[in-house]
Amino acid sequence: MDPLLLLVQLLNGVQLGLLLFLVAAGLTLVFGILDVINLAHGVLYMVGAYAAAVVLVRSGHFALAVLAGPLVALGAGLALDRLVLRFVYDRDHLDQVLATFGVLIFVNELVRVLFGPAALPFPLPAGFEWSVRLPGGATYPAWRLAIIAAGAILAFLLFWVLTRTRAGMLVRAAATDPAMLEMLGVDVRRLFLLVLGAGAALAGFAGAMAGPIVAVQPGMGDQILILAFVVIVTGGTGSVQGALLGSLLVGLADTLGRSFLTDMLRLALPPAAANEVGPALASMLIYLVMAGVLLARPRGLMPVRRAAR
Amino acid sequence: MTAVLLARGLAKSFGAVVAAADLDLELRANEIHAVIGPNGAGKTTLLGLLAGELRPDAGRIVLAGRDITPLPVHARAALGLGRTFQVSSVLPSFTVLENVAIAVQARAGSSFRFLRAAETDESLNGPARSSLDKVGLGALADRPASTLAHGERRLLELAMALVQRPRVLLLDEPLAGVAPAEAEQLLALLESLRSEMGILLVEHDMDAVFRLADRVTVLVHGRVIASGAPAEVRRDPAVRSAYLGEDDEGAFDDRTDQLRVTGRASFRR
Amino acid sequence: MTARPRQRSRPAARAEAILASAVFTAIAALLVIADFLDQPFYLKLLTRALVLALAALALDLAVGIAGLVSLGHAAFLGVGAYVIGISAEHGMTNGWVQWPLAVAAAASAALVVGGLSLRTRGVQFIMITLAFGQMFFYLANSLSRYGGDDGLTIWTRSQFGTWLSLSDRRTLAWLSLSILLAAYLFLRKLRWSRFGRVLRAAKENERRMAALGFAVGRFRLVAFVISGALTGLAGVLLANLTEFVAPAYLSWHRSGELLAMVVLGGLGTLHGAVLGAFVFVLLEEVLARLTTHWALLFGPFLVLVVLAGRGGLVGLVQRIDAPR
Repeated sequence: MDPLLLLVQLLNGVQLGLLLFLVAAGLTLVFGILDVINLAHGVLYMVGAYAAAVVLVRSGHFALAVLAGPLVALGAGLALDRLVLRFVYDRDHLDQVLATFGVLIFVNELVRVLFGPAALPFPLPAGFEWSVRLPGGATYPAWRLAIIAAGAILAFLLFWVLTRTRAGMLVRAAATDPAMLEMLGVDVRRLFLLVLGAGAALAGFAGAMAGPIVAVQPGMGDQILILAFVVIVTGGTGSVQGALLGSLLVGLADTLGRSFLTDMLRLALPPAAANEVGPALASMLIYLVMAGVLLARPRGLMPVRRAAR
Repeated sequence: MTAVLLARGLAKSFGAVVAAADLDLELRANEIHAVIGPNGAGKTTLLGLLAGELRPDAGRIVLAGRDITPLPVHARAALGLGRTFQVSSVLPSFTVLENVAIAVQARAGSSFRFLRAAETDESLNGPARSSLDKVGLGALADRPASTLAHGERRLLELAMALVQRPRVLLLDEPLAGVAPAEAEQLLALLESLRSEMGILLVEHDMDAVFRLADRVTVLVHGRVIASGAPAEVRRDPAVRSAYLGEDDEGAFDDRTDQLRVTGRASFRR
Repeated sequence: MTARPRQRSRPAARAEAILASAVFTAIAALLVIADFLDQPFYLKLLTRALVLALAALALDLAVGIAGLVSLGHAAFLGVGAYVIGISAEHGMTNGWVQWPLAVAAAASAALVVGGLSLRTRGVQFIMITLAFGQMFFYLANSLSRYGGDDGLTIWTRSQFGTWLSLSDRRTLAWLSLSILLAAYLFLRKLRWSRFGRVLRAAKENERRMAALGFAVGRFRLVAFVISGALTGLAGVLLANLTEFVAPAYLSWHRSGELLAMVVLGGLGTLHGAVLGAFVFVLLEEVLARLTTHWALLFGPFLVLVVLAGRGGLVGLVQRIDAPR
């Protein structure tokens, strides 16, 4: 195995993992606090990417574009709450699934009507077209490093807010024991709106940052939504630490699996068989990881400790 | 007499809260054994541990000579551990008869039968009807359980437990919220069950406890502070101070006050 | 949506039987008309609706009766279809072998997915079934020998000897209807059997059922496997209808659509799932003629169905039938 390639792929894995974390963090807290499942969360990621792409092409200012992503996604998130989510909080999960599924297919189609089915151009921002020389001689795109840095800073900020501020502590308490907060007179509904908004902005930001390295096209949120689900199940529902751990695990497993699994199989299998099995296994790898976690720890790697009755 | 249900060294904590600490308990066949104690003493935790809904941090539980500590709720139930819940737990959209018939079904034959209608299965409905008659709900058999009054639900739960002929019956405050007339009927019924099974009774109504129980165990803060015949327990100084002592650290809520009053009344008699 | 199948009183049972007969009679009438007018396009559309109705019916067992909200059922549809496609690719077209093999494969997939997913509940269960469904989707995509993401054309439909030829559109349509009817009758029996009663009761009060001694998880797993097997059978029919299989059959949107059909018709009622599937397929057809962007209309419609329509179409009929 080429150590330089390994280093590059490790960085790619971390980069994918941090992007996933930005999407999964809001989603897992929304589950944790109100036990609501929101399939439209991936749509917010897509909305963020589209908003950034449009602003970038119109204005040419990249900073403005990266700002537009989270802002527009925040607006979309609040609109989603107003128009659909607030009606299904008290309903069962099936109703939540179907209502948000309806939103998802509507927005995907709307984006297709407005911007066409093809991917939107999203050029790398000026000043980021270069690559960084890594120790050992490999190069790595500066933009991907910027994603890693931004993801790490936001993850750090998020943990700081959750552990050091009053609002953050309430959010964590709500994920552990919503009924208790209600008794303390905290408006759980408003707290939820805060988390939903923050989660939407994070997802929108992730979409904007991912814009230059993925295809900005209708349905791009579906893929990330399902990956975020794998992250949440693996990490433990409602747990932000779990989401971080799960994100990195999924990001690394997916990236490394796709680049090295086939080569590793060649050591054990005839090349033809390895070439056939390798890619198939690589595309299933994160789901197999999830299955393994479920077998060993059904509630995820870092479950939220629910308050005893 | 042999113990039909035995707990040794049970321990359970929720974070910093100790709900059970090195707890020993013995229930003999054909006895009614009451567990009392102020709110927060760990009575409901104890029932949860015995029934299998909670995993103990330490200790073991033996049912009729068999260690059931690792078994889940349903396996313990299948071995003859019946229970009723603090808040009545029935199947509201099913009829009263069907609630009991399902309890019969749990014991009688296989439930992996896919074609024949269960509703008209007399091998299930027959025993269910006689169990309903026994608790006095025979006339309500065809009503949906959701339409039952509070006390009637308690009786229904009891009918579901009884029809399974358990070796051990765990009752979590069976008298809570039951009107006096119904309570009398319930007490008589419990009394009559003594010959068929061991009954572990958690109850706040001290009159009922001291009327029914063969033995009484007192829990405070997850520990047994006294256990024995009702008269002994009543005289025990530790028990008297736990119930009658000064307001200790305000740990007991207002339900404890209510209990304290009834408790005092009983002790004085 | 909560059209809880209440205790079955005699009039309610009769009303259910009447409505179910009406649904199946209407379907048969549509088949006869399409055939009489010599409209192969409509015959094919109706057969497609029949096939999806079978899948929706199977899903209703999991969701409506056992309370297991699966968002990965398209995978079982796909497994059934792919077994037909792959075996045909290898020259094995004997239906007596293909069909049991396909159903067994779908049942095994459901056993694995269900066994893992049932270790959790609620939101996690939904997410996990979705994720495993997606795993099968990628698996199909990576089968480069069998067309990869382009899919696989089936050159020969399943063979059942001389007396039953699936190449005849009419035969396939009527066979699909017969299978749907048989599955419906079986599931209706099952719902009121001992087994079905355990499922319904556990959906309502799981804690009580455990305390009575029922290993609830085991019953749910068996229900999930039956549901997966029947969905696989729908996949078998779908492959024979379209003479084609592709990863798109396993798309998670398909799983969502199946759920929509079940809820649209009336959750847990069985004949509601059949009705819902037909309304869905026909509505999709009509909307798709109005505009290529039919999802713009269908998305909001779905939201409205959830927000407004308690009990689905079957519930609506019941309310009209018995006003207070």
